[in-house]
Amino acid sequence: MSSNTDFLLSIEDLTVSFDGFKAVDSLNLYVDRGELRVIIGPNGAGKTTLLDMICGKTRPTDGSIKFRNQELVGKTEYAIVRAGVGRKFQTPSIYENLTVFENLEISYPKGHSVLGCLMFRRTSEIVERVHQIAEEISLKEFLDLEGAFLSHGQKQWLEIGMLLMQEPELIMLDEPVAGMSTLEREQTAELIKRICKDRCILVIEHDMEFVSRIAHKVTVLHLGKLLAEGTMEEIRNNPKVIDVYLGH
Amino acid sequence: MIFGYSLSDLWSIFVMQSFSGLSLFSVLLLMALGLTIIFGQMGVVNLAHGEFMAMGAYTVYLCSTIVQRHCPSLTPYYFLVAIVLAFCVCSLFGLLVEWSLIRFLYKRPLDSLLATWGLSLILQQSFRSIFGAREVTPVLPNWLMGAFNVTSTIQLPINGVFVMGLTLVLTLGIWFFLYHSRIGLNMRATVENRVMSGAAGINTKLVDRFTFSLGCGIAGVAGAAFTTIGSTGPDSGSRYIVDSFLVVVFGGMTRLVGTIVSAFGIAQGQSIAQFFMEGTMGKVMILLVVVVILMIRPKGLFASKIRS
Amino acid sequence: MNILYNRILGGKTGARGLLVMAIVLLIGIPCALNPFWVNLVGKYLCFAFTALGLALLWGRAGILSLGQGLFFGLGGYCMAMFLKLEASDPISTKIQSTPGIPDFMDWNQLKHLPALWVPFKSLPFSLFAVVALPTLVAFIVGLAMFKRRVGGVYFAIITQALALIFSLGIDGNQGYTGGRNGITDLKTMWGWDIRTRHAQYILYFATCLLLLLSVALLQWLLSGKMGKMLSAMREREDRLRFSGYDVSMFKIFVFCVAAVLSGIGGALFVLQVGFIAPSLVGIVPSIEMVIFVAIGGRASFFGVIYGALLVNAGKSLLSDAFPQAWLFCMGGLFIGVVMLFPNGLAGGWDWWCKKAWPYLMPAAKDRSVKQPAAEFAEVSTKGQNP
Repeated sequence: MSSNTDFLLSIEDLTVSFDGFKAVDSLNLYVDRGELRVIIGPNGAGKTTLLDMICGKTRPTDGSIKFRNQELVGKTEYAIVRAGVGRKFQTPSIYENLTVFENLEISYPKGHSVLGCLMFRRTSEIVERVHQIAEEISLKEFLDLEGAFLSHGQKQWLEIGMLLMQEPELIMLDEPVAGMSTLEREQTAELIKRICKDRCILVIEHDMEFVSRIAHKVTVLHLGKLLAEGTMEEIRNNPKVIDVYLGH
Repeated sequence: MIFGYSLSDLWSIFVMQSFSGLSLFSVLLLMALGLTIIFGQMGVVNLAHGEFMAMGAYTVYLCSTIVQRHCPSLTPYYFLVAIVLAFCVCSLFGLLVEWSLIRFLYKRPLDSLLATWGLSLILQQSFRSIFGAREVTPVLPNWLMGAFNVTSTIQLPINGVFVMGLTLVLTLGIWFFLYHSRIGLNMRATVENRVMSGAAGINTKLVDRFTFSLGCGIAGVAGAAFTTIGSTGPDSGSRYIVDSFLVVVFGGMTRLVGTIVSAFGIAQGQSIAQFFMEGTMGKVMILLVVVVILMIRPKGLFASKIRS
Repeated sequence: MNILYNRILGGKTGARGLLVMAIVLLIGIPCALNPFWVNLVGKYLCFAFTALGLALLWGRAGILSLGQGLFFGLGGYCMAMFLKLEASDPISTKIQSTPGIPDFMDWNQLKHLPALWVPFKSLPFSLFAVVALPTLVAFIVGLAMFKRRVGGVYFAIITQALALIFSLGIDGNQGYTGGRNGITDLKTMWGWDIRTRHAQYILYFATCLLLLLSVALLQWLLSGKMGKMLSAMREREDRLRFSGYDVSMFKIFVFCVAAVLSGIGGALFVLQVGFIAPSLVGIVPSIEMVIFVAIGGRASFFGVIYGALLVNAGKSLLSDAFPQAWLFCMGGLFIGVVMLFPNGLAGGWDWWCKKAWPYLMPAAKDRSVKQPAAEFAEVSTKGQNP
């Protein structure tokens, strides 16, 4: 059992089977600090399941997931979050009846216990941080608007903002630009590149244009297994990938 | 000597209690089957299910009264007809209830819980107003009375055997129907994927209506069977409803096997416990055990792992 | 002062609501009604405590419990045990074969007081138990269920089963609990006769004050981050987990608060009515408590109190005049509240304030009070996954 101290996230031999069907099969994946890794692959390749397992939503049947050398398998979701892992879901998942400000505030990593919640005070530090993040995600003018009234793209950004509030070291984004206009995609690409500085980011995406804009490295999954790995150029020209996914 | 009984006495007690446990098992199983079909298939919690059972029992009682009044000579024959009638009456009424109330409550289990509780209150009061507050029993045909003497100390009552036989037939029938018939296939398809089923040409509204009334019909048969082992009053239904739901939840709600095992365990447990402890305490102990087990394993005994 | 106004009194709407309720309960009712009815209203207000708890548990946190009768009963029986022991002093019970123990124990040939009863000789302990026992039970049950993500219908059914187990357990143990007849013939609390008219008025006012205090407490609880938390939890529990919150602890907390409120209601009930029985703590009363809340408007604290008063008053009036009709009415209420008016009285009031009144009085200034409109508009479908 080697301990990979250099990688921020190291996944080894990860397997999960649902009633006999192997959604992810002996997967190995290593991501560096500051790296932006995009995971692509046809539907059913196991991409979302992979994220589910990292964040604790699904339990793998075999293998290990090490984050900063801590084993994540077996931990509860909130424990994994507190360890520094943040996930954004496929469909924007924000608190619709809270304002943008409150959405961000609730994600602040303080006052998470019952007592802490009761004793919570909205300090200037928190307010400042909320404003800072809101600026980052271009929602500064909408702080008092209820989440339900945001556009689809803005909801996605808000969710990214909520993640940023948690100050995670690993961010996982599941199809962050689904349903966005071209302009919004550009802005999102810039946002993601900005926040990549001290963290590692895992992105699942289908939009190849977007992927080529942001990816440092690309991993291709197929039927739960690793098909290919490399830079966007290498992947684009990989015959196996073209066959299975990109098309001629 | 245990509890003051000899070993052979204990054995006889065990067999006879097991048998009376089997009668309870039959009732619980039939109730739970209907409930599983309705809840497991449609996401509707039907707290009025007990009242459908009572409705079946009252139907048999009504048949009995009519037969006694006008042609008592038919007594040996009316009973089986009455059971069929109970099924029909209850499923028709179930159809009416589905059309007027339930169809607005799909996938809203908490709302359906409250609404069907209201329905059960209305039905209970209706029974009270129509049939009176006292408990009633239909006149049972002679062939249902008496007992088989299996050994010198073990006697198995005929009505108990009848109820079990009926339950067996019905359970087999349902299993066969659900898994080996066209309509059953439609029902299962609608549950799995309503939109797709609709797109494939299945009239999902009709299937729902049918599913619900089938569940109620089964409850009616349970009630008819129940008349052979106990008397019926306006609140007979509510007596079994909590147990039935516990059976459903305990059994895991996904497979028929689960419901059967669960009903068996709970009924037998209650029956045997009730012999050694005073009346209600036996029931309390068993319910407590079930609840504790549910707290440890909330998905019940037989839940399968599905991908969310 | 700001904290007092905004957080405890609940800002403009909250303070107004509290004032109106205070006037109605403390002045209106005692002046308008005869002592018999005042006592009845006092009894109804005890149920209002459980309704308050449910407004928090169900209305705000989205967790339906069909077993609040259990906690009502725990509190009630603790108080009843104390009062019964006081009424069973050796002098009054000298005709029993074993003087000094409650009458039902004597009938069941018990020779001495069971160990369980002994601590209830002390009033401080009994009062402590009224609050502590429901909390303890709620904590254990909550821990077992919420940690395992049991929610929705499953949870409701299990709470119902627990209420049933509790009432059956009491029913079947006449020697220890008074059985089906319950604990009756309660006379004094620490020498003070609770049966006199004077005492009943005092108890009535005490109940009212405690109720108003509870509302203020709940308002304070929900005015800060906790309120937003519960709102988020009701809407998107998963998301909250991924924000790093241990959601189960919050559910346990809310469940315990609801349990304590119900327990206090139970104790006050025993003081005002003078007895308790298993028929008051089983499945039927438990589900009735839910209807008060549903009628009042699930999430509104004031609404559920008025709901409890109205439904109980209706029950008393109707079942006297038309006993057969009452169950029909109640059944109809259940169905109506689900199908026709899911937002109950509070929703109606909301509609009146926002739509009907401004329409009728266009000159009325626009009161831009920040109503938690989303809460009232929340129809039953949210958070109902079994």
